[in-house]
Amino acid sequence: MRVENMKVISNEILVSNVYELVLEGQMVEEMSVPGQFVDIKVPREDLLLRRPISICQLDHEKNQVTLLIRASGDGTRALCDVKVGETLDVLGPLGKGFPLDFLNKGQSALLIGGGIGIPPLFELAKQLSLKGVKLTFVFGFQTKSAIFYLNEFKALGEVLISTDDGSTGTKGTVETILNETLKSVNPDAVYACGPKGLNRMVNLRYKDHPHAYLSLEERMACGIGACAACVCQKDDGSDENLKVCEDGPVFKSGEVLV
Amino acid sequence: MNRLEVKLPGLDLKNPIMPASGCFGFGEAFAKLYDLNVLGAIMVKATTLEARSGNPTPRVAETPSGMLNAIGLQNPGLEEVLTKKLPFLSQFDVPVIANVAGFSVEEYVEVCRRISQSPLVKAIELNISCPNVKHGGIAFGTDAQTAYTLTKACKAVSEVPLYVKLSPNVTDIVEIAKAVERGGADGITMINTLIGMRLDLKTRKPLLANITGGLSGPAIKPIALRMIYQVSHAVSIPIIGMGGIMTVDDVLEMIMAGASAVAIGTANFTDPLICKKLIEQLPQRMDELSILSISSLIEETRKEAHG
Repeated sequence: MRVENMKVISNEILVSNVYELVLEGQMVEEMSVPGQFVDIKVPREDLLLRRPISICQLDHEKNQVTLLIRASGDGTRALCDVKVGETLDVLGPLGKGFPLDFLNKGQSALLIGGGIGIPPLFELAKQLSLKGVKLTFVFGFQTKSAIFYLNEFKALGEVLISTDDGSTGTKGTVETILNETLKSVNPDAVYACGPKGLNRMVNLRYKDHPHAYLSLEERMACGIGACAACVCQKDDGSDENLKVCEDGPVFKSGEVLV
Repeated sequence: MNRLEVKLPGLDLKNPIMPASGCFGFGEAFAKLYDLNVLGAIMVKATTLEARSGNPTPRVAETPSGMLNAIGLQNPGLEEVLTKKLPFLSQFDVPVIANVAGFSVEEYVEVCRRISQSPLVKAIELNISCPNVKHGGIAFGTDAQTAYTLTKACKAVSEVPLYVKLSPNVTDIVEIAKAVERGGADGITMINTLIGMRLDLKTRKPLLANITGGLSGPAIKPIALRMIYQVSHAVSIPIIGMGGIMTVDDVLEMIMAGASAVAIGTANFTDPLICKKLIEQLPQRMDELSILSISSLIEETRKEAHG
């Protein structure tokens, strides 16, 4: 973990409001686990809280990290407006990522994502693919024009898409696909990241699965486990909390209440 | 001579800068980023007798030049603080100020009594100003008589000097400050956060699950300065000032207003290295402003306030 001014190598808009930023810096040497995140200072004096952004892709040869950011408020908008050649003040890498050591060649993994929750699944998919794990992706988007990284994921496995409005793929949510198309599939591992509804569904559906993991999101302040803003409650009958930034953002299914 | 050092009851500070309670945990995460030995002191997270899980989420929201929090005093409880959290800080040569919160006089007294026996704890910060819990916290800090009684009871059992953290959510903070001084407080820390709220235009509901939260950050700095100025003119015990400090100029401004040391809160979230940076930058800014030492600046301000 360190604080570093990372150089913006590229900044491209992928689809409406979703930008692909490539940052370069020594911090990348510390990044290896998919599902970890960085906390970026907004380049505006009046916005005090850093923005937690998941790691989408790593390039250790170039010391570069790819982040996909959706400009959904003033802070993320300011991050997406950054120009090539400028720097961003980055704190990271943070959190505990997706476990994958237990998987072996020939085994299968189901990766479930929704909208801007999908990016951390890409580095995960790349690493799983390198291990020879067979991948199936189930992704939910609002509409056809919001889909990003489709070809990138298709290169790594089978991609099934749902859209809220039915403009492409299955009309409905990822749960529709899980219930209809993938009813009889029994993957060795399940990974998920998406909006609360998706995470909650996965947390319940795979509660007893030995290897189901989901990445959660919660409003953060410090990002490093000091302030206790981003907590979630343990699902063990106690009222003990875990911190999304430090104990997560990836949790095992059934570990916490979503 | 160390021109940054400040001597306060129970506290030999090598410089006047310390992280504020609640914004630094017990230092574990920040120790990975820099050597905590540079700090003047460390104000650790509020401790209650029993463990508390705090408020529902979302617990933070942003607002221009500020943030709202409603953590709700989440902490592992006195026993775990004593056995697991504080020992981590023993590796550093930095005085620890323990923040004590509670829901009854008895609870405050018990936590003060036991936590002040820890050899690491050099002073107590009595938190009578947390705005985010029902019953307790701020209820002890908004009535002068209640604040006096609690201060007196805690002072009687504390083996280290007692600082009382005041709430700005009162009509007359000077009255409360005088009451805790009468109650035997060795110092005052101020200000805690101001109660505020924000709403989400899409859901038409408050952004915080707790509805209201404590406003901190540079947005509250002028209020902190005004209150520290007023209180420093009315009491003779020292003040550790806090409220929106982001720069070395803010540090010096707060000392000029009447503080003898300062605590950095929200700025730790914007820049986790901020305390270290401010300590490093302070001497040069003092040179530029012809300030010989922090203690001379405090002395000068004090003379003006008390004649």
